[in-house]
Amino acid sequence: MASPGRRAAGGNSLLRAARSASLWFLLLTAALLLADGYLIFMVAPTDAVLGDVQRIFYIHVPISIISFLGFFVCAVAGIAYLIRRSERWDRLAHASAEVGVIFVTLALVTGVIWARPVWGVWWTWEPRLTTTLILWLIYVAYLMIRHYAPTPQQGRSWSAVVGIIGFIDVPIVYYSVQWWRSIHPVQVIGPEAADDALEPIISRILIFSLIAILMLACYLVMERMMLRAAEDNITELRRQQQDASPDY
Amino acid sequence: MKLLRPTLAIAWKDVRLELRSRDTVISALVFGLIVVVVFNFGLNRAPGSLAPVAPGLLWVAYSFIGVLAMNRTFARELEHGGLDGLLIAPVSRDAVFLGKALGSLVFMLVIQAILLPVFAVMLGLPALSPVLGLIILLATVGFATIGTFFAGIAVQTRSREILLPVLFFPVVVPIIIAAVEATALALQGGPAGPIWSRWIPLLVVFDALFLVVCSWIFAFVFEG
Repeated sequence: MASPGRRAAGGNSLLRAARSASLWFLLLTAALLLADGYLIFMVAPTDAVLGDVQRIFYIHVPISIISFLGFFVCAVAGIAYLIRRSERWDRLAHASAEVGVIFVTLALVTGVIWARPVWGVWWTWEPRLTTTLILWLIYVAYLMIRHYAPTPQQGRSWSAVVGIIGFIDVPIVYYSVQWWRSIHPVQVIGPEAADDALEPIISRILIFSLIAILMLACYLVMERMMLRAAEDNITELRRQQQDASPDY
Repeated sequence: MKLLRPTLAIAWKDVRLELRSRDTVISALVFGLIVVVVFNFGLNRAPGSLAPVAPGLLWVAYSFIGVLAMNRTFARELEHGGLDGLLIAPVSRDAVFLGKALGSLVFMLVIQAILLPVFAVMLGLPALSPVLGLIILLATVGFATIGTFFAGIAVQTRSREILLPVLFFPVVVPIIIAAVEATALALQGGPAGPIWSRWIPLLVVFDALFLVVCSWIFAFVFEG
């Protein structure tokens, strides 16, 4: 019989090592994000047509890309969990889904802020926007499923299958919305128009921003995984204590 | 063969249950009518001018009915321990899934077949065509697949009535789009090109993909 105290102590030293590593990671990320802010506001040239609002692009594009990456990680970790049944995979899936949902929310918000002065509307049912919104809804449902599941075990399996179905669904949603839009006579705006080559300075800042925000996302995922591990530890200890003294 | 017989047995059980009680079909029919009436007030159009939005109304009604029927498919198993019986039956989980999905498919097709002429009269749909039947069949296969899968999850939670639509609607967006667009084209009687080049293939791909994936991972829905 493994004593709960020993397990917790082993977990603690590991946790402490991970914590100091994550602190350094956080400091590095913070430095990069500060530098990113300087580059975006002081170095990047102001857009000749769109003006300062274009600077949102340096945040918006990396956030969107990384949120999609988060859902990809979530689906892969979900599959790995279903095969290996290791809670570590489930923690990764959960953390990347949560970070993905936050990032998609931010992507939608920054997109809407950008769209109002540039397109003249807050929202339009353009394929990428619509797909992103559907994606957001699917992964909000993913998080709800975890919350509503009667047991943690069911929550893990259910969210894994929802993550898989959601990830398969996203390309189909994208194509269907694109076809749906293309047969309606609408203005071609945004992504299609923005595909022309970017200035080297702009693309360099964009890549820097992508790296900085990717590091932020990695940090958040790691931190969330550690938090989940601690939560699971507490739940487990409580359960053991309850088992030991049912009247307690 | 090993899969087909239990699948059909489970579907037939559900159909027979419904033939005896007629709970789901009757309530779904009345609900379908109510949806049309409510939309009529919501849109406040002149008589006869609902035709342009008719495909949308038709599929909104059909998908609402779908959620209603799907909620019932596992919920009725909760009475008298039916679900436990189903799960300890010596058949694989994909047979349970396919049987349940087939049962839901039959219900929904019956409800849709009864409602379609009613909708045609109330919404002033120009014409009914065989291709519309194919569109309805393919779209409903997709609804039944996704709906049955998520109903299996939702039925095990406290908040099953709200959880099913929250899971169901975002995932079936491609089906709703394809069904509405194809129905509009079919009813206009104009060029049928996009129906065959885009929407029918989209529906077929969606149905095939999710039938395979869902029956494959359905075992994970009922565990632990």
